Amino acid sequence: MSAVATTPAAAPLSLPRPPLARLTYVELRKMTDTRAGFWLLFVIVAATLAAAILRMALGDESQRTLQEAFSVAQLPCSVLLPVLAILCVTSEWSQRTALTTFALVTKRSRVVLAKVLAAVVISAMAVVLALLFAVVGTIIGSVVFGTGTWSMSLTAIGESFLLQLIGTLGGIAFGMVFLASAPAIVLYFVLPTLWGILTSIIPGMDDVAKWLDLGPSTNDLSEFDISGLGWAHLATAVALWVAVPFAIGLVRIIRREVS
Amino acid sequence: MPRGVAITMLRTMIEVENLTKRYGEHTAVDGVSFRCDPGTVTGFLGPNGAGKSTTLRMIVGLTPPSAGSAMVLDTDYRRLPNPGLCVGVLLDASALHAGRTGEEVLSLAAITIGAPSTRVPELLDYVGLSKSAARKRVGNYSLGMRQRLGIAHALLGDPQVLILDEPANGLDPEGIFWMRGLLRDFADRGGTVLLSSHLLHEVEATADRLVVIGSGRIVADGAKEELLAASGTRVRTLDPDALERALAEIGLEVSRTHDGALIVDASGEAVGRVAAAGGIVLTELTGADSGGLEELFLTLTSTPREEVAA
Repeated sequence: MSAVATTPAAAPLSLPRPPLARLTYVELRKMTDTRAGFWLLFVIVAATLAAAILRMALGDESQRTLQEAFSVAQLPCSVLLPVLAILCVTSEWSQRTALTTFALVTKRSRVVLAKVLAAVVISAMAVVLALLFAVVGTIIGSVVFGTGTWSMSLTAIGESFLLQLIGTLGGIAFGMVFLASAPAIVLYFVLPTLWGILTSIIPGMDDVAKWLDLGPSTNDLSEFDISGLGWAHLATAVALWVAVPFAIGLVRIIRREVS
Repeated sequence: MPRGVAITMLRTMIEVENLTKRYGEHTAVDGVSFRCDPGTVTGFLGPNGAGKSTTLRMIVGLTPPSAGSAMVLDTDYRRLPNPGLCVGVLLDASALHAGRTGEEVLSLAAITIGAPSTRVPELLDYVGLSKSAARKRVGNYSLGMRQRLGIAHALLGDPQVLILDEPANGLDPEGIFWMRGLLRDFADRGGTVLLSSHLLHEVEATADRLVVIGSGRIVADGAKEELLAASGTRVRTLDPDALERALAEIGLEVSRTHDGALIVDASGEAVGRVAAAGGIVLTELTGADSGGLEELFLTLTSTPREEVAA
């Protein structure tokens, strides 16, 4: 069979559209098959392992628990996975691959959905990775220092997943708003911090800040110490820093000319 | 009549109607209409900036048109559920992620559209990219290699229609020859090709039809032979002024090329008789075929607002 054997033409409208699972797999693969993606993931894995072991080696006795190791091990992912998520969106524009991506999948919202699902998968993988290395750290702790304890609350796993999810989805949202790597990455980290500084300077903003500042609530979340009102603060802050940019970005991507 | 034939005849492969794109005050594409039929190669010609790429992007739904419509396989391209399996598109060979290998670029597309993974090595071989080249990152590719990869990408889903923007850019002469054969072969087996170029020479040997665009408007559209015939006879003489006068006297339309030849809207015999009657020495008398298209192209695009009947 030659490479361009023309088979009897199927009716174009009856061809099956690419299933979402396949598009999600493609997006995950695109995060890892470039040099930048590979090294970013390599650094994330190495930093996660280092964090878990360092916690055991350097923490005081009360901190040498599985939960503490897990809490620290998740941090490199929570900082670096958003960058991976941003690049997953912005590289389509900086490398101009959007031209082929959207020529193959014309419904752009499906590509965005696949990127979101890829972010969910990679967030779950981050939790598994952090937990695995926390276990390794705790084993090292108990063998080398004789103090590692295996206590951990199960809700920590869910809270860790949520933390990673806020990071990766926030990254996707910022990527979609700016469609350029540098401003998206810089502003993703700078804007919430600036916001925090501003609200702490301006008198009377304290009350508002609690509801709209992502920093304190995600900090509580990462320490597995969040409750009642904290959840409400987190929800409103996520709406501002994740949901709003996502909505703006979605409209931008769907309407924008791809060239 | 066999049923399959009837279906083929009913289907419009590409049909563009009154397609228009405005950017603020500037009209990049202005009421463009043409169609492409099965088994033909259509050359979409025009100088850089004439609106070729914008038109092609509108056809595949990447640029929203300000007015008009484009249909591919009787359908708005954006409504095709899996366009990669029926339309091969190459819009810009440099729009590839520099950090990905050529093989990976094809694999991702094959997975997306659901083409069998065996298509990837098959097509790499078909477009002449070696195994070692395929494993290199695209950032290290020459433009010619990217074009070959782009062609492989377009052919992955075994499409019926190919839409290619400047596919010969960056190819060496051997590559251009190869591309011509590939496209001709694709059309001869019933496929439809629409390819753009700013160089006539690239398209002349392959195309059956020509659509010429200048400043966003179609200035010529027709079968290649018709457009060639319309350009008449090229003649060189020792006394061009005298010949021009003599030809004009009997009502023939004469134009001069930039290198001093005359293009006459008449047969070679007619021109020869006028010259003989006037005792004018001719140094060249040819049907304006090979060079004629070039003249046509230059004339058309330098006066883009004049419609040329074909």
